[in-house]
Amino acid sequence: MDFQLSREHQLLATTLKDFAENEVRPLARETDEKEAFPVSTVEKMARFGMMGIPFPKDFGGAGGDNLGYIMAVEALSKVCGTTGVILSAHTSLCAAPIYEFGTDEQKRRFLPDLAAGRKIGAFGLTEPNAGTDAAGQQTAAVLSGDKYILTGSKIFITNAGYADVYIVFAMTDRSKGTRGISAFIVEKGMPGFSIGKKEEKMGIRGSSTCELIFENVEVPVTNLLGREGGGFGLAMKTLDGGRIGIGAQALGLAQGAIDETVRYVKERKQFGKTIGSFQNTQFQLADMQARTDAARLLVYRAACLKDAKQPYSTEAAMAKLFASETAMAVTTMAVQLHGGYGYTREYPVERMMRDAKITEIYEGTSEVQKMVISAAVLK
Amino acid sequence: MKIIVCIKQVPDTTEVKINPTTGTLIREGVPSIINPDDKSGLEAALVLKEQQGAHVTVLSMGPPQADLALREALAMGADQAILLSDRAFGGADTWATSSTLAAAIRKLEWDLIICGRQAIDGDTAQVGPQIAEHLQVPHVSYVSELQVGEKAIEVKRKFEDGWQRLRVQFPCLITTLKDMNQARYMSMAGIYSAYKQEVKVWGLADIDVDQANIGLKGSPTRVKASYTKGTRSAGKVYEVDPRDGARIIVESLKEKFII
Amino acid sequence: MNISEYRGVMVFAEQRRGEIQKVAFELLGVGRGIADTLQEPLIAVLAGTHLTDAQAASLIAHGADRVILVDDPRLGVYMTEPFTKALTAVINAEKPGIVFFGATTIGRDLAPRVSARLKTGLTADCTALAIDDASRNLLMTRPAFGGNIMATIICPEHRPQMSTVRPGVMRRLEADTARTGEITRFACSIAPADVNVEILEEVVQKEEKKNIEDASVLVAGGRGLGNPENFQSLQNLAEMLGGQVAASRAVVDAGWTSQDKQVGQTGKTVRPDLYLACGISGMIQHVAGMEESGFIVAVNKNKDAPIFAYADIGIVTDVNSLLPALQEELSRARSV
Repeated sequence: MDFQLSREHQLLATTLKDFAENEVRPLARETDEKEAFPVSTVEKMARFGMMGIPFPKDFGGAGGDNLGYIMAVEALSKVCGTTGVILSAHTSLCAAPIYEFGTDEQKRRFLPDLAAGRKIGAFGLTEPNAGTDAAGQQTAAVLSGDKYILTGSKIFITNAGYADVYIVFAMTDRSKGTRGISAFIVEKGMPGFSIGKKEEKMGIRGSSTCELIFENVEVPVTNLLGREGGGFGLAMKTLDGGRIGIGAQALGLAQGAIDETVRYVKERKQFGKTIGSFQNTQFQLADMQARTDAARLLVYRAACLKDAKQPYSTEAAMAKLFASETAMAVTTMAVQLHGGYGYTREYPVERMMRDAKITEIYEGTSEVQKMVISAAVLK
Repeated sequence: MKIIVCIKQVPDTTEVKINPTTGTLIREGVPSIINPDDKSGLEAALVLKEQQGAHVTVLSMGPPQADLALREALAMGADQAILLSDRAFGGADTWATSSTLAAAIRKLEWDLIICGRQAIDGDTAQVGPQIAEHLQVPHVSYVSELQVGEKAIEVKRKFEDGWQRLRVQFPCLITTLKDMNQARYMSMAGIYSAYKQEVKVWGLADIDVDQANIGLKGSPTRVKASYTKGTRSAGKVYEVDPRDGARIIVESLKEKFII
Repeated sequence: MNISEYRGVMVFAEQRRGEIQKVAFELLGVGRGIADTLQEPLIAVLAGTHLTDAQAASLIAHGADRVILVDDPRLGVYMTEPFTKALTAVINAEKPGIVFFGATTIGRDLAPRVSARLKTGLTADCTALAIDDASRNLLMTRPAFGGNIMATIICPEHRPQMSTVRPGVMRRLEADTARTGEITRFACSIAPADVNVEILEEVVQKEEKKNIEDASVLVAGGRGLGNPENFQSLQNLAEMLGGQVAASRAVVDAGWTSQDKQVGQTGKTVRPDLYLACGISGMIQHVAGMEESGFIVAVNKNKDAPIFAYADIGIVTDVNSLLPALQEELSRARSV
């Protein structure tokens, strides 16, 4: 077990840190306050190859790995939770399933644009009546000649409106239950496909979270991803990978909050000393850092298992569960250690706390993660 | 066209702190970076590579760990990287450094040499012009813009009170300012392939140079003494009238070489 | 190189468009002291075109014992090779022990080329110069490592010992028109081949305003200044110090200046060599943006203002009375 990052990953860490500091941090507050999708940042990320890190060069990717990709999500999330999730949803939930389950033709058609960031990806599974109970899909797809007619809606879809490529799940055979769900690649501009209501959220406010509406959208059969009826399995496998991304986002939020707090407690003086010299502050920070480092190891391990093509579903669930709970606890304590100033928007920690909450909910709630983990434990 | 970019790996001097007890510089943990003026020079060369297919060689004189700076340059898009490293080169002042670099450059084919104006640790701005002198080619320093033609380069050269637009025939050398452009980040693909490429390492035996001109022994100037400006001790507060206050401020600024 | 053959302190009198630059007089100021210590002559070299005796006379009035004029039509506008050729010829003929250049864009371009051609050492951007008692070598002190350390450099075995000297640090002498000195014209022919760079265009222009993050000196104003007019007057002081004006959040919120000048948690983080906080109380959000400055001077009439805990020098007094006094003291210290 080598806990050292390889030379490549060390080089990567340096450049990601610079990029996050110089390009992302200055816009983080405005992204949150104005609920503005950071279009220019995403363009810059694309320019440096960040939108396709784990995909082979043949498909326009960087020829990197999942570890490098989640390090990017972590680095971005340290300064802006919104930017981190944009990358995570795009890479893990859209580009990855096309790479892992698509036909050669589909890979060649979609991956180069996604990996180059010319197109952004999204994932449409959740519906008003199908959240944790993902199998309760209402959206339907009816085969008609050489196309499927898609009708229904999705909610809470990350990157909606800005994405060009959407992995959408729909019932193709209601009689088969979960085995009747299929996955489709739906493209922006397909007639009948529109973006509905944009959610007003507590956190990751710059992330575009909207409803997707499908009114008799004609999706060619060549856009069926995987086999008919294989959609649910595909969704679950995709979410396994997505979990690592969210774990990385949570990890970044936690570490970012710690870094801000360290800066603050070294400056802020009360009772004639810096508050960093009080034992309570020190002990809280010790706790925060230890838990965050533990989360880091879980998240990185899950990524490395995936890179080694080993089973990683349980490890990914553990990483996501632990990292998200850590992020919530750490960011909350960060606000506490900032005192009154931490509650104001002048300081970034309150935003980090608001951003952290969703990591315990989306891409499988903490409860779902516990179901996955306990199933493995009790096997 | 063939471009050689000279880069130096330097500690990030904006991150350097002074040990409060000993008053000496804390160098551990200070990240090493490509000198900012050099990085902008490299960026200018990479733009020429994109626009005109120029071939970009990055050359650095330094200890073995300067390999990292060269990997970064490769990850940014340089075609070839050469590290000039040998115990014999150590302790060099700008004369010896420029002599060594010039000797290495003589082994290469080139039209244009780009150096950063000055390094953030040495702060001399001397090596570039001195390399040009050793190679007996024209140089232009303080370049803030450049355009390349067939046989010559056109540059904007800054002065304190204005600028000149100059044309210089190849072969020539320019020194660049960091505010001339924003250097690109390493690309993800570049990073993953950086260590798959070769960084040539040249020592004393690989270049043709007069040993009297290299390293500590070959340096006409040497450091007699150095000292930190002192840690920030507790400040002094004076309750005085405005005139005296003004005098105290000016005295303290003089002491600190600020005026 | 026979060191004993080299004698005298030489100063490159930089001129631009016929105007001798301030730094040249500063070099003569410090050169005079060095020359007196060594008991050697102080020589000024003025290279240019249409050079006049009046220009030479001003150099003598400021301390030169001799002025060497190198007058050539190809030395009108600064270009590296013609000037390098001229200076090198003069130095080879005169063999001075020491040569000073201003650390200007011209000086820092010319001096390295000249020193390399002469195969001697050059020390850049010196802020202090002295003669070592024992060896009679020139002690050249300069900042290094981004200004974090000061280094004293010597050039014991090569001549001339050359330095570029930071402008604005050395003191010029008061002009003494009664001083006499020798004026010689040095013939150095600059060939067409020496003009190896083509000047396509030349523009004289003041430098555009940069960001406050790039300034080496910041004069920052806070609410303690009282009104926007007082804030505006910081500009003069900033210019005198070669810096820029910055502001606290209170002053930006009050509309006295723009957001890009704001220092602090919601503004910019700066680390100039000098941060002069005028009428700023020093709330933590402000301090977070300037704590790392090289040298912090604070002026505030409230002795309990938190800024004093972070300042190297704190003056408790009325800031609006101190500022004009400070400008006076500065001009007095600068010139004589």
